[in-house]
Amino acid sequence: MTHTVLVTGVARHIGARVAGALAADPGIGRVIGVDTVPPPALTRDGGALLGRTEFVRIDLRTPEIAQVVSAEDVDTVVHMSLVSEPAKSRSAMMEHNVIGTMQLLAACQRSATVRKVVVRSTTAVYGSSPHAPAVFTEDTEPVDVPHSGYAKDAIEVEGYVRGFARRRPDVVTSTLRFANLMGPRVDSPLTRYFAQPVSPTVFGFDPRLQFVHEDDAVEVMRRMTLEDRPGVFNVSGDGVLLLSQCVRKAGRTALPVPSPAFGMLGMLARTAGLVDFSPEQLALMSHGRVVDTTRLAAALAWRPKFSTAAAFDDFLQSRGMGADRPAALVDWLSGLATRR
Amino acid sequence: MNEIPASETPSGEGARIIPISSVRGTPPPGPSNSVDERIAELLALLRRRVVGDYEVDEFGFDPELNDKVLLELIRPIYRHWFRVETLGVENVPAESGALVVANHSGTLPVDALMMQVALHDEAHRAVRLLGADLVYQLPVLGHLSRKTGHTLASREDADRLLRKGELVGVFPEGFKGVGKPFSERYKLQRFGRGGFVTSAVRAGTPIVPCAIVGAEEIYPKIGDFSTLARLLGLPYLPITPFFPWLGPLGLIPLPSKWLIEFGEPIRTDKFDPEDADDPMLVFNLTDQVREAIQQQLDALRLRRGPAFPPFF
Repeated sequence: MTHTVLVTGVARHIGARVAGALAADPGIGRVIGVDTVPPPALTRDGGALLGRTEFVRIDLRTPEIAQVVSAEDVDTVVHMSLVSEPAKSRSAMMEHNVIGTMQLLAACQRSATVRKVVVRSTTAVYGSSPHAPAVFTEDTEPVDVPHSGYAKDAIEVEGYVRGFARRRPDVVTSTLRFANLMGPRVDSPLTRYFAQPVSPTVFGFDPRLQFVHEDDAVEVMRRMTLEDRPGVFNVSGDGVLLLSQCVRKAGRTALPVPSPAFGMLGMLARTAGLVDFSPEQLALMSHGRVVDTTRLAAALAWRPKFSTAAAFDDFLQSRGMGADRPAALVDWLSGLATRR
Repeated sequence: MNEIPASETPSGEGARIIPISSVRGTPPPGPSNSVDERIAELLALLRRRVVGDYEVDEFGFDPELNDKVLLELIRPIYRHWFRVETLGVENVPAESGALVVANHSGTLPVDALMMQVALHDEAHRAVRLLGADLVYQLPVLGHLSRKTGHTLASREDADRLLRKGELVGVFPEGFKGVGKPFSERYKLQRFGRGGFVTSAVRAGTPIVPCAIVGAEEIYPKIGDFSTLARLLGLPYLPITPFFPWLGPLGLIPLPSKWLIEFGEPIRTDKFDPEDADDPMLVFNLTDQVREAIQQQLDALRLRRGPAFPPFF
């Protein structure tokens, strides 16, 4: 069967990689990539990244998307355009995420050809709270619902996706909640955080973190697009790292800051437009978040290649980071102790 | 001198590398070890900690930190301050999942720490306690609690731990137990809503009743700054004969004699997992567990005699 797959968000690295992976599949007829801006890959190194993906530049917040869906007989929609940080302003980001999804789903609901929708979401929808269970499954009711930033957008997006799945039960709808992406080419607030020489942490808290390697993220999206697995799935590498452990592995220095001051630092970074630092990030840096991935493993009969720790190590290696100096110090000490 | 193969020494480094794998691979050496080996072991531990080369589980439990550092700090209190004697260890399953249900007392939850040492040293099991969410809101305490293997008292966490075959510990009296006045010592308070029974029945794991005698006397609570406690968002703010009058000195627990006893397990595998939704069964089973612990407590208290031997 020849598919025509529409991929949104191809201007960003992970979206482009998913489009490229689908384009490399001989079972798929056409891959159409859309985004608000042209992918930088087209002009630079990454013609190879996108492969035979056909790029169409449209504003996702407008009904233009409906024309593409109907004109090209799209049967599978892969929605990857959720952004986690504001390019211009927070309200523009919200519009891009929420209004963009509404337009896309409106087009899918009208379409007679679309039979599958795969949406990339985030585990941020669970929030982070001292009142929440340690491990979230897909059915866990969030205790403290995030009410700002990216997490709020993702919750609203998932709400619209649920509504769509209800109205079009004949369409296979899969929602994937990704843990934080990690890998050599990932550029996120978290990877930039670890690149700093000093890592501010919330005093007295050591959150549990989980990462999913970019290769695994691409593979999950690819498999979900090719197989029919309706439902909501958590996606993360196996295992857990504590923030203190990440900082040590990266060879960075932790700077514990009392939580009100940490919040203020974050606000400064936010106003400077560096990152979208919402109260949810403060909660994540205090209480952490771990999800259960057994449902995904059972549905796809597949496990991520990289564990959380392996994904982080791969990221560190690509950046030439590591705990060489502290390790050398301890080795010097052991040298002294054993030479006696 | 210590013979550690230095084959993996990277070139260009002045220092010698102790390959972690070789140290880790050897079985835990006995106490008759030479000083050199102890130092090498300590340095290997330090190296792993410094470079972040250790594993924590999904609840944040850090077994290495717990065994090698935190328990080492608490153990002297267990051995020498409270002179804890642990009885009935054979009632704790060696490997499979079980739910230890204990009485809670002592104004500060020192009994939880002592039970943890008892189960680690005598039964060789890491107990995973279910704590109040207040603990996880507080800085330092919350993450130390996770690193020592404990988690929030929630249905999801309890079910998950029991399913994984862990030894889970609960204090169903909660703050009512730990914060009760000295005059009510060794009187079990109400047992919450029986959530722990539900989890045990659902998982089909046995319930091990546990009585802790001695914790009641460590900080005899004779009063309460209830208004101030409410202002601070705490369940109570105790007055003891020494606190707050002696300041920080008043925080030193009195050296009472302790006994911890694990009673005969109450089986739940004869029930259907669906029976967990039968409130009457849950109430009855909760009462049965409570009864068992109260009886154990009374007998154990008689057996101990004076709290501060040989004086009174």
